[in-house]
Amino acid sequence: MSLIRGRTGEWEVVIGLEVHAQVIADSKLFSGAATAFGAEPNTQVSLVDAAMPGMLPVLNARSVEQAVRTGLGLNARINLTSVFERKNYFYPDLPQGYQISQYLQPIVGEGEITLDLPDGSVKTVGIERLHLEQDAGKSLHDQHPNCTYIDLNRSGVTLMEIVSKPDMRSGDEAAAYLTKLRAILRYLGTSTGNMEEGSMRCDINLSVRRPGAALGTRTETKNVNSIRFVKQAIEYEAKRQIAVLEDGGTIEQETRLFDPGKGVTRAMRTKEEAHDYRYFPDPDLLPLVLDSEWVEELRRALPELPDARKARFIADYGLSAYDAGVLVAERETADYFEAVVRGGAGRDAKRAANWIMGEVFAALNRDGIDLAAAPVDAARLGGLLDLIADGTISGRIAKDVFDAMWDSGKDAATIVEEKGLKQISDEGAIAAIVARVVADNPTQAEQFRAGNEKVLGWFVGQVMKATRGQANPGVVNRLLREKLS
Amino acid sequence: MAVDRTTVAHIAKLARIRIDAEQQDALTADLNNILSWIEQLSELDTEGVAPMTSVVEMRLPQRPDAVTDGNCRDKILRNAPETMHGFFVVPKVVE
Repeated sequence: MSLIRGRTGEWEVVIGLEVHAQVIADSKLFSGAATAFGAEPNTQVSLVDAAMPGMLPVLNARSVEQAVRTGLGLNARINLTSVFERKNYFYPDLPQGYQISQYLQPIVGEGEITLDLPDGSVKTVGIERLHLEQDAGKSLHDQHPNCTYIDLNRSGVTLMEIVSKPDMRSGDEAAAYLTKLRAILRYLGTSTGNMEEGSMRCDINLSVRRPGAALGTRTETKNVNSIRFVKQAIEYEAKRQIAVLEDGGTIEQETRLFDPGKGVTRAMRTKEEAHDYRYFPDPDLLPLVLDSEWVEELRRALPELPDARKARFIADYGLSAYDAGVLVAERETADYFEAVVRGGAGRDAKRAANWIMGEVFAALNRDGIDLAAAPVDAARLGGLLDLIADGTISGRIAKDVFDAMWDSGKDAATIVEEKGLKQISDEGAIAAIVARVVADNPTQAEQFRAGNEKVLGWFVGQVMKATRGQANPGVVNRLLREKLS
Repeated sequence: MAVDRTTVAHIAKLARIRIDAEQQDALTADLNNILSWIEQLSELDTEGVAPMTSVVEMRLPQRPDAVTDGNCRDKILRNAPETMHGFFVVPKVVE
């Protein structure tokens, strides 16, 4: 258990997260307007989304399917009957004056997520519920000195609100939860989980207590839009609450905002009228009733999810739990890895994993691009690994070949051919160079014969230098020992 | 169930309806009359009876996920008191 030491003793932080994830669908939850990101303002708005009088909502079948698939991916109970309700409040970007959401009877009930923590341990976090709701429009406050601009393109887009149980105890656990949840959503193809585009947003419920004591009063920090900010907000808010309590104060149950610039949370200025949303079933929509056979069909058609894939990578490819965890964290990475390993006969999975997690990740980081845009695709990386495996090039030369492949987009064999990087395995040629290097350095040769094993490494270096790194290191080592003994 | 003046004022505020002090008494009386009339329903024993959500036996209709609407900004903005650059313009609301 991770505890925070305050002035007066230890404190436990209790965290629950509410995640709003935009559902992947071409049209909105209750209208046929488009949902694509980045369109001109108010061009993806139907009369339904603008709440014109007399407009009626018609439910998008795909939104329902995506919510059910997500629920199944979270090992959650699917509620065959759920109810859309109106959550009433006024805001300029909510033209209806209410949000259509689900309240007492959500489409998905309790489930769970397994977290892989940085220290290698695993932890299960409960899911309380998942429900469908409409997104609101977007307010732009910075375009005009005393007016707010409203764009309703997002109004009515399908959101899933996924509520966790208060099972997390640190910022690291919250980060691991969001990472895993996002991976599951991406594997399922139910949300892009892209926090930069606002496709995934997070509210943090946080309280502190003495270890083992009853739950403290919580605050809710709204709309935190990156995993890094979630960690920062949690660290700040936990310390703030502990400081208030240790000074003899009390925590007010309130809504707070995170300021990413300053790394602090602050209370919202306007106190909402105690969240009096007056929910009631939307009279325009009947209860949503699902067939259990249809749900089972969706369950059978689910793709392999990160946990199952990780277990398979360990069992089938002999990877360590850590490597498997890194590779399955993003579906694209796992696909790339499998394409490399399966792309040719006898490819070494461990070597493929090392190359992806080493050279490929480093190059992606350096260039700030995604795997999809990598100049070295799975087939090309596989080709490079084949050249190492059959002894055409050494592992050291392979790194230069990789860099050249990355820069030129050519395949490994072409680069090796063009640059004349083929490994020299011909014993006669290497023996001649070994003989010359030993003859040129009698002092070092004498040191080796006197028992200084370290000098051998220096000799290997000299031979490699003489062959521009192309000599087969195994052969060099053997011939040097023969020559020097 | 009965409501008092404070509750009536609260409901009016949530609904963004301005009511004068003298109207509050009349509205409180009206609302209480309506509520007590509605409360006659609770005389019926509805134990074990599922709520009726529709007078016709039908399921909630669903539509296929296709873009069939939108792209009508002029229509959307036509009744707005003020617009600029394709946006609705409202008095500044900022948190």
